[in-house]
Amino acid sequence: MVARKRRNKARPGKQTLDQVSIVASETDHIVAETAARIFKDLADPQTINHVKSDGWKLPLWRALADSGLPLAWVPEEFGGAGAGLVDGFEILSVAGRYALAVPLAETLIAGWLLARAGIAAPDGPMTVAPAQPRDLITFNHDGTLSGHTAKVPFARDAEHIAVLATSDKGMMVALTAAKDCRRDDGKTIAGDAAGAVVLERVRPLRSAPAPAGFDQMSLMLVGAAVRAVEIAGALETVLSMSVAYANERVAFERKIGKFQAVQQNLARLAGETAAALAAAGSAADSIARADRFDDAVFLEAASAKIRTAEAAAEGAAIAHQVFGAIGFTNEHVLHRFTLRMLAWRDDFGNESWWAAELGKCMAKRGADEFWPLIASR
Amino acid sequence: MHGEARRRRILAFDSVAMSTGLHFDQVRLPPACEALRAEVRAFLADEIAAGTFDPHRPGHGDSHNPAFSRRIGAKGWIGMTWPKQYGGHERSFLERYVVTEEFRVVNAPVRLHFVADRQSGPILLKYAPEHIKKDILPRICRGELCFVIGMSEPGSGSDLFAAKTKATKVDGGWKINGSKIWTSNAHIADYMLGLFRTSPPTKENRRHGLTQFLVDMKTPGITVNPIIQMTGQHDFNEVVFDDVFIPDDHVLGEIDGAWKQATSELAYERSGPERFLETFYVMLEMIRALGPDPDLRSAEGLGRLVAQLHTLRRMSISVAGMLQAGKEPVVEASIVKDVGTIWEQKLPGRVRELAAFLEPEISNRATLDEQLAFATTIAPKLTIQGGTTEILRGIIARGLGLR
Repeated sequence: MVARKRRNKARPGKQTLDQVSIVASETDHIVAETAARIFKDLADPQTINHVKSDGWKLPLWRALADSGLPLAWVPEEFGGAGAGLVDGFEILSVAGRYALAVPLAETLIAGWLLARAGIAAPDGPMTVAPAQPRDLITFNHDGTLSGHTAKVPFARDAEHIAVLATSDKGMMVALTAAKDCRRDDGKTIAGDAAGAVVLERVRPLRSAPAPAGFDQMSLMLVGAAVRAVEIAGALETVLSMSVAYANERVAFERKIGKFQAVQQNLARLAGETAAALAAAGSAADSIARADRFDDAVFLEAASAKIRTAEAAAEGAAIAHQVFGAIGFTNEHVLHRFTLRMLAWRDDFGNESWWAAELGKCMAKRGADEFWPLIASR
Repeated sequence: MHGEARRRRILAFDSVAMSTGLHFDQVRLPPACEALRAEVRAFLADEIAAGTFDPHRPGHGDSHNPAFSRRIGAKGWIGMTWPKQYGGHERSFLERYVVTEEFRVVNAPVRLHFVADRQSGPILLKYAPEHIKKDILPRICRGELCFVIGMSEPGSGSDLFAAKTKATKVDGGWKINGSKIWTSNAHIADYMLGLFRTSPPTKENRRHGLTQFLVDMKTPGITVNPIIQMTGQHDFNEVVFDDVFIPDDHVLGEIDGAWKQATSELAYERSGPERFLETFYVMLEMIRALGPDPDLRSAEGLGRLVAQLHTLRRMSISVAGMLQAGKEPVVEASIVKDVGTIWEQKLPGRVRELAAFLEPEISNRATLDEQLAFATTIAPKLTIQGGTTEILRGIIARGLGLR
């Protein structure tokens, strides 16, 4: 976003925006620039990759918390920054570009979920459960929570968990202390905490009914869009790194970027990155504007998760091919991006699950209603 | 030590400084487009009801339909973005986008005017002398004129600047000798926009020496030889020029400098909905065949295709919106064509795989099979026409800073 602003400035007088409604580029990107500054100072991927401890995480989180970014999606009346969904997605895009490995995205989603039910967000890192579409948590008659949910991102690093639970009276939102839940030390392929969370009659700190019409799919849609935006951001960095490396590395007495075979691969990587950016940006924009989650929002978010996941797989393979052996080392920073974007595919429904759901939905609407929906976006 | 220093440099990282430069504005079609879309759909529904064409049978019947093109012209849907003084309608590129995609998804026969509307008209608008613009552009807008592009030659296709067909200066004009090939519609076209050699290339610039001309296809000395495609259809031709005279005022733009002229127009040509919707009908028919409750395998396969299609359309609309806003998304436009044409090329194969487990008695099986057969045979051309995949990826690589 920072780059975009600069680019627009370089060409004054060419912006005739009549009849074109553009949302994202109209905003100021101040929030995203704040995020970028903090990440640059305290979450530099190269620095992080060289240190052996997690010591960098605390100062980073403090700086983030001081800036209000983790609670960007919490309205001011509930203790948040009230920055709005568009700004939040911009923060996540930047976070993706840094392959950020602290629960910023999770805290954003958790704060947003709690606010749906009018629950104020606490300070400190949070995560959200369930993070998988088919894991259910039950809100018991005695006001406690029970359930087993797999692969909850950063569950071990979180102080609180925002829970969406089913009950006889409809969906409930609850805030629990993470220490009250049993958490295992499962990890993603990128090494980030993503263990199972087991709730055995856990008494939440607070609970309230979810708004009418809000269900587990609503949570998954937002989670899917969040991961899509992060994957697209990571791909942007992977593409720039790959191009820069191809312009520098010499083999057979030429920069490898001069070989057509390498150029064709990098062009494909650009295509995948472009698709991811477009799909994720569109889904984020749709969710930011939606007053309810209808088939159109479903199409947008599901498509974004499916297409960015496909792009992550293709993109990671191409980038590693360009870098060769050096990119396969622990010392090189590439894996921070490739493994993380591959891991992000699995959260809030993987692309196969979303594809089946999207396919079922389109089949149910029928052939005659298919093109009108696509064309409405 | 040297190796260590080099390795450190490779590992140096600053992701903010390293921006890809790829950008897709979030463009949504304005309300005016939706009113237009409703009007277009009503018009097409009437035409289908009247038997003008069958949306379920692409490749069946003549895609060249002069009466239909004239009715489209009368609706104001050709030359939509051009100035009114030349018969245009001064509407936005996004409105044109809506018309193009609605015609495309029902396989409407627009062969006669499509090339003129998409690329020949805009070139004339920019480079033709006033009296020619006044004469020709309104006729394009009325759906009366068919254009052919004369670029490839036997021996020069993707390598445009290897063209040899010569234009020699004579009194009052130029004499053309040589031939053009793969010229779609030459057998029905009224005019060609042709690229001819007016000077040899220079050592410094091999692109130098080509000039763009407007050629009246009725000029004596022009022979059109049909070339039948592997689908059995007749689309392209060889056009032979034997001392064909072209008057001076038919030169378009700078003599010897045609290579400077084809940048922003190409972005429109590359990124439109026709670059991913060419085989869309098999997907639609597949949804019909699956019915409301498909098995899990089919649902998953369909869902991926839906996500890919939606993403392509969002990319394509974004490029259209950026062009409308005066930006130059050249790399983004090339990416739309690269990713889009490969998708539409693979689509028949994907649908064929999904169709393997359809119930034998479904009612639209014959229609789906006929469409699949047609789509499978035309698929190879999709990544060749209008710039091959390899050429596009070269352009993308250049945009990335690799060449």
